[in-house]
Amino acid sequence: MKEVTLVLEAGRAEQHYWRDLWRYRDLFLILAWRDVAVRYKQTFIGVAWAVLRPFLTMIVFTVVFGRLAKLPTDGNAPYALLVFAGMLPWTLFSSALTGAADSMLASSQLVGKVYFPRMIIPVATVVTALIDFVISLSILAAVMAWYRFAPGWQILLLPAFVILALVASIGPGLWISALNMKYRDFRYLLPFLVQIGLYVCPVGFSSSVIPAEYRLLYSINPMVGIIDGFRWSILGGASPLYLPGFALSLAVVVFFLWLGVSRFRATEKSFADLI
Amino acid sequence: MPDVVIRAEGLGKRYLIGHLANRERYSALRDTIARGARAFARKTGDLLHGRPIIQGDEIEEIWALRDLDFEIRRGELVGIIGRNGAGKSTLLKILSRITEPSVGRVQISGRVASLLEVGTGFHLELSGRENIFLNGAILGMSRAEIRRKFDEIVAFAEVEKFLDTPVKRYSSGMYVRLAFAVAAHLEPEILIIDEVLAVGDAEFQKKCLGRMSEVARGGRTVLFVSHNMGAVQALCSRGILLSAGRLLAEGSVSSIVESYLAGGSHSVRSHEAPKRELSDSLNLEKLLLELNPAAIGGEVTFAIEFTSTESLRVTDLSILIYSELGVRVAIVDLRMASSTHRVSPIEPLKISGQILDLPLVEGTYSIGLFIACGELRGDFHELTTLEVIRPTSGSELAPYASRDRGFLDLRSKFHVG
Repeated sequence: MKEVTLVLEAGRAEQHYWRDLWRYRDLFLILAWRDVAVRYKQTFIGVAWAVLRPFLTMIVFTVVFGRLAKLPTDGNAPYALLVFAGMLPWTLFSSALTGAADSMLASSQLVGKVYFPRMIIPVATVVTALIDFVISLSILAAVMAWYRFAPGWQILLLPAFVILALVASIGPGLWISALNMKYRDFRYLLPFLVQIGLYVCPVGFSSSVIPAEYRLLYSINPMVGIIDGFRWSILGGASPLYLPGFALSLAVVVFFLWLGVSRFRATEKSFADLI
Repeated sequence: MPDVVIRAEGLGKRYLIGHLANRERYSALRDTIARGARAFARKTGDLLHGRPIIQGDEIEEIWALRDLDFEIRRGELVGIIGRNGAGKSTLLKILSRITEPSVGRVQISGRVASLLEVGTGFHLELSGRENIFLNGAILGMSRAEIRRKFDEIVAFAEVEKFLDTPVKRYSSGMYVRLAFAVAAHLEPEILIIDEVLAVGDAEFQKKCLGRMSEVARGGRTVLFVSHNMGAVQALCSRGILLSAGRLLAEGSVSSIVESYLAGGSHSVRSHEAPKRELSDSLNLEKLLLELNPAAIGGEVTFAIEFTSTESLRVTDLSILIYSELGVRVAIVDLRMASSTHRVSPIEPLKISGQILDLPLVEGTYSIGLFIACGELRGDFHELTTLEVIRPTSGSELAPYASRDRGFLDLRSKFHVG
């Protein structure tokens, strides 16, 4: 191994941070694997939890928004499918965000005893959310088969939107996980925000019900663009993509990623003193 | 290649701690509200400036380390010695990059691996095999490296039969052996070790010491912190003595151990352990040994009290007795065969008992505790001391000096012819 001289000094930025991050990729994989491996240990129905929760929410939302409130669907898509296409990215985003935000505190034992680029921890927890997502894709297939609804070519772009949802959760996730170390208030605030977010984001309804003049404003919420993207991709042409809004959401995602990474990097070194 | 692998210049680490101002025994509601309002105003200020929130009314600055200058050369085995609170752990944390210094700088050449605790990151639900990979990765090994050394690690830990059992079913001995085995197969250029030898049985400790000197012979630099002066002397060639965050002396290990011991006898020691936090929830309220000083062959009464903010089971508890050199002389095992000790917010855990016919040679012994309680599992050193003195005897012979008589005062008889 090549000899590197390392200088430790107050307030000095790590010179080799990104290279270190790459060197510790094995740790990233193994932490992600650990989280997945122990997630459903000692539970009765195990992985079924990943399927059950979004499925039940879908039924409730379809009844409340589709049947009772009689909100319109997109094109000819069944309402349940519209809801589920919104539930998927929302569940992915919210569980990745909560996981990442709690992760630093949960690993304080590790942080106090060994060095590694701390960013590995919150990013590794995101993998768990991704695995749950992949499992719940099977329900999507089942619901689509039930309604005999065939997706268009747009479905091929789904992976791109999945990556986008993950990136959208990593930014705020990093930021909140760093804040959580200093101010434990965020532990109580975040579940509340996520709960509200479920109704603020177009999960149970189509974003086309938003009056046209407010639609761009609504897209400041990055999840609006991502959920619209998922619907466009899954429902095919039935749910056209509102491009200016999507671009705005994308910009907000990038901004939060920058904010999260830079705030995390700035406070990372004092984590061990805050435990 | 540079000969100096670690160079510290003016190194210091400052912590801010908060404490409660002296409060009157009975405070009026008005005072409480005023204090609460002041604290809230301060917290708001901290939040706005992005500073961490510190509990308490007054904030004090303490220097865990101050003005440290030293150099460590390639292939050196350096023991870092000092009493509790001298700053040893803080120094190791800075060198292992866990925390950053407040002032000064350190220059390190080469890959560092640190072992501040055995079994860091072990997950109880995972099997031994899985934990080897997990722990190895946490300590900085690549998967290929772990795979290459896997058999060696397993053989060293002697856990072949239980590789696929979750480690929560392991005995504490197996757990520690496995944890150390992974760590012992690290191959960094600089190895930093904190007190890990205080685990396992004597044979395993010997094996660990052997493994460490093997590592050192391979031309690596080793920094070693321990309370066990015997182990430090056996392993290290140079020593650094810290006291209250400052470097008191450095030089050959024997001279450093000597000044450590000399310093010890002058410092004031209390016989009652001060209240101490053992974990987030568990507190040691009292650890009292009486009579203290005790007489050789006499009886020592002990009393221990724990309080806790949550309901806990204390599965293992022992009083540890160390010699001045930090060698473990004896323990008092306080486990119960039929049940476990319990402690809860309403009911503190109080244990009292006697050590009968104290067989120790006169001198000062350091008293610690070994506790296993949920997540917490480990030794707590230098909680109090036990002074043993020789009662005036009717014997006509003057006794040999205590340092020549080992640890135990044996009762024996003999006849001639």
